[in-house]
Parts: sequence; structure tokens; C-alpha cells
Amino acid sequence: MGVGIEVRGLNAWYGKNLALKSIDMTVPANHVTAVIGPSGCGKSTFVRCLNRMHETIPEARAEGLVKVGEMEVYGDGTDPVEIRRRIGMVFQKPNPFPTMSIYDNVAAGLRLNGFRNRKQMDELVERSLKLAALWEEVKDTLHKKSGASLSGGQQQRLCIARSLAVEPEVLLMDEPASALDPISTSKIEELIFQLKQHYTVVIVTHNMQQAARVAEFTGFFLMGSLIEYDKTEKIFTTPADKRTEDYITGRFG
Amino acid sequence: MLKQPGDASTLKVSLWRRFMNQAANVFAISASVLVIVPLVVIFVYLVIKGVGSLNWAFVTQTPKPPGELGGGMANAMVGSAVILALASLVGIPMGIGCGIYLAEYGRDRFGDLVRFTADVLNGVPSIVIGIAVYSLIVLRQKHFSALSGGIALAIMMIPTVARATEEMLLMVPNNIREAALGLGIPKWRTTLSISLRTASAGVITGCMLAFARVAGETAPLLFTAFGNQYWNMNLNQPTAALPLQIYTYALSPYDDWHRQAWAGALILIVMIVAAVAAVRISTSRGALKGAS
Repeated sequence: MGVGIEVRGLNAWYGKNLALKSIDMTVPANHVTAVIGPSGCGKSTFVRCLNRMHETIPEARAEGLVKVGEMEVYGDGTDPVEIRRRIGMVFQKPNPFPTMSIYDNVAAGLRLNGFRNRKQMDELVERSLKLAALWEEVKDTLHKKSGASLSGGQQQRLCIARSLAVEPEVLLMDEPASALDPISTSKIEELIFQLKQHYTVVIVTHNMQQAARVAEFTGFFLMGSLIEYDKTEKIFTTPADKRTEDYITGRFG
Repeated sequence: MLKQPGDASTLKVSLWRRFMNQAANVFAISASVLVIVPLVVIFVYLVIKGVGSLNWAFVTQTPKPPGELGGGMANAMVGSAVILALASLVGIPMGIGCGIYLAEYGRDRFGDLVRFTADVLNGVPSIVIGIAVYSLIVLRQKHFSALSGGIALAIMMIPTVARATEEMLLMVPNNIREAALGLGIPKWRTTLSISLRTASAGVITGCMLAFARVAGETAPLLFTAFGNQYWNMNLNQPTAALPLQIYTYALSPYDDWHRQAWAGALILIVMIVAAVAAVRISTSRGALKGAS
């Protein structure tokens, strides 16, 4: 089951440049929450702070309170590796491991964390590929084909399956469909809709229709600040802030 | 006016382009031929000169005393194999380790220093490395040995392997590393099981280049492995090696030894090609469909 996320006073820097300014946000469990905003507004930085991927960039750092379930993400002695295991991430560009088979791609997170039980691994791989709606397309070539041999849309679903195999509680998606064609995009969106039964999903998108289609809640970021955060319907019909309205009506961004 | 397809002026351009295309093709093909021809000529010449002296005795016997006909280089073949195995065993892990450091951690001044040192070491004449190992190991132990020869060759392999590993790791897209880190895989595991694995084809090529380069080295072995007329299986004793044997025989006054030097050179080349081919075949066996 998914867990909720509490964010209080989150600041993030790249070197001396403050990229996120005191973000407060409450993401409900087992829902899809979209993060929208123009390029460079900090929406990707925001989700990367949730699983401590932000700090893997040289000179980048973040501080503030982030609670995922009962976990203090920035607590003393919290292991970022453990955090990332429990908060899965799907990136903008599909990034399967090119030298690994489809099966090995999905099993990588388990195997490289010391998971050895073959039978259970087979089950987890199958379950993850089914959840990611890829099983039927690849079940006959699991061990024969490389992950890189799939089409772009299939690769992205493979990456989703790979994230799901380690059984995270939250799934972060950083513009997961922006490199895909419309058919693949609609498959991914359908998938996101299914996933919220088991996971809490946070999705970054610069496609506002996509946010409207998949998310129950939407946050609008602008220049490192969270301008408005509410039910998606409210954001897209009667936004409280003038800047949100300008953005969603296409007056800038 | 817009040009129509089939227009005379279009035809003229396409003729010029076709000519340039042909010219570029001819240039590329002749350049390739120029590269391949010397290689083929050397190999054919070696076969012509060497194959006559190749016989069962040559690959099973040790050298005969000067003046006596016959004998072989069996001990030198085994000695070379042992020394090269030692060199690879030391040089490849150290080189790969150094390359990993340079690519994944060495983005600072110390990394630049290591990089610079590796490049300088790459350019140091092999005989200087031989003398260095001679004074550091051989003089201290007071005897020549296969071990010191292996170390001398390993030192020559390290910079080549290190720089090749670094280059190949830097070519691994960063989003592959992010994917692994995002799965909760620790950084050291990501480096070994994801980045290095993705770069493995190039890293293996680098190792093979380094191996092939030192396999033919004579100078560093002159004062380290030294050579031996007899069988020796003790790593701590002077050991025969093919390049040394070829060197000695080629400079000798005996016709039979000259012929054997050619045969030895042929064997050396065949050994290198066989080793490289064996590694290539065994590493490509597990390759997947569509793997890049």
C-alpha cells in the first residue's frame, strides 16, 4: 500500500542558487498528484528531493522536513540508499540497462540488493511486468532480448516494471511520457491510473491535459515556489491565484 | 526560379555530388587498404620464413647448445605465457581500479594528477621501466625472475588499461547511473554491476590492446625475466620468454638459429592473436539480441 508524503519548509540548492523556496505540500496516500509548471520552475528538483536523488548532482543539496509514511527522509542517520529503495523513480528518458536482458532489467534492483531466491524473483518479475502492462509483449523473449531492443514506449514501461519490482511505497515519475508517442503515452497514463491502487504516485508533467487526465491533486510551481496546490479540478477550473490562471490558460510558460 | 527534378542544373549538381561521393569512397577504401597491407605483408612474410622451421621438436623441446642443430622454444613459449599471465593478473585489476577512480570520483585536482601521471607513464620507454624494475626488485632479490618480468609488463599495462576504462565509463550515459541509484542500489554496486558492465566491451578492448602491446616487449624483460636455456617453473627464477629468445637467436651467427627466430616470431604472433580471439569469443557468447 502507498503512504502519504508530508513536505514542510523544503529548500534546495544547486551550488549557491536556491532552486526550491520553502515548499509545503501534503501528498495523500494512494492518489495521483501532478506537479506542473514552466521549464526551470523546480518541479523536477522537487520530486528528486523526495527520494534524495537531488544530492547525487555535484554541489546540490537540500534541507527541510520530508516525511514519507513514518520515514524522515532528511532525518539524522537516514540512509539515502534505503530511501530510494522505498521510493521508486521513473525518469523522463527511458533508461533500461542496455547490456541486460528484459528479465535482468526488472530483477536488477532485487538482485543487486542481495535478493537471491530464484522462484520468488521469477514471480516478482512477472508480477511487475504485468502491473506495468508489458508482460504479454515480452513474456517469450524475457531472457533473449536486451532491454534496449524494445520500442521507446515499451522501454518506459520496462523502467516502470523495474521500479515496481523492488516494491516501493511511493512512485515518482519525472515527465514519464514526454519522450513518447501519443499511443504509448495513453498506455502509460492508463497504467498510472491502475498503479494508484497500490502506490502513491507523484508525476511531473509539462503537459497540462495529462495532469488533468491522471491526477486527483495538482501543484503549480513557478520560479522555485509552490504557487497553488489543490484538487486538480479546482486548479483547472477556478484557480485561486492569478499566476496559475495565466499559466493554465496559456498566457505564459 | 524553383528547380524541377530532372532540370539540367539539378543534374549538374548531382553529377558533382556523385563525383565527390566516389572520390570520398575511393579515399576511404585506399586508406583502409594502406592500413591492412603492411599487416598482411608482415604476417605472410613471417609465415613464409617461419613455417619451414616449425615442427614438433620446436614446440616441445628446449634450445640446443650453440652449434647443435634442432631444439626448440617450448620453454620460452610457456615462459611467455606465465609472464603475460602474471602481468595481466596484476596490471588489469589495477588498471581497471584506477580507471574507475578517474571516471567516477577523480573529477578533482588529485584525479588530474593521476591522469597526467598515467599519460606520462604511457610514454616512458619500455627499457626505462625494465631498468626501474631491475633496480627495485632484481637488485634487491639478487636474481632475475619471471615475477619481476611480469611486474615490469604490468606497469606498462596499467596506464593503457586505466585510461581506456576511464574513457569507456565516461561514455556510459549518466541516466543509466541514475536509474540504478533510483532503485536503491548503493553507489559502489552501481559502479561495478551497472556502469562497468555497460562499458565492458570497451574495457575488454582496452585490456586486449594493453596485453598485445606488452606481449611483444623485449626490453623490459632483458633485465628482469632475463631468459633461460632450460625449463623453469619457479616464478622466482630466470625464465625464458619468446621475445628474448627471438632477440638472442636473431643476433646469433648461426643460420639454424635465424630460422628458429622466424618460427618463434610466428608463434608469438599466433599466441597473441589466439589469446585476443579467445577473449573476444568467450565474452561475446553471452551477448543479447539488440544489446548496444
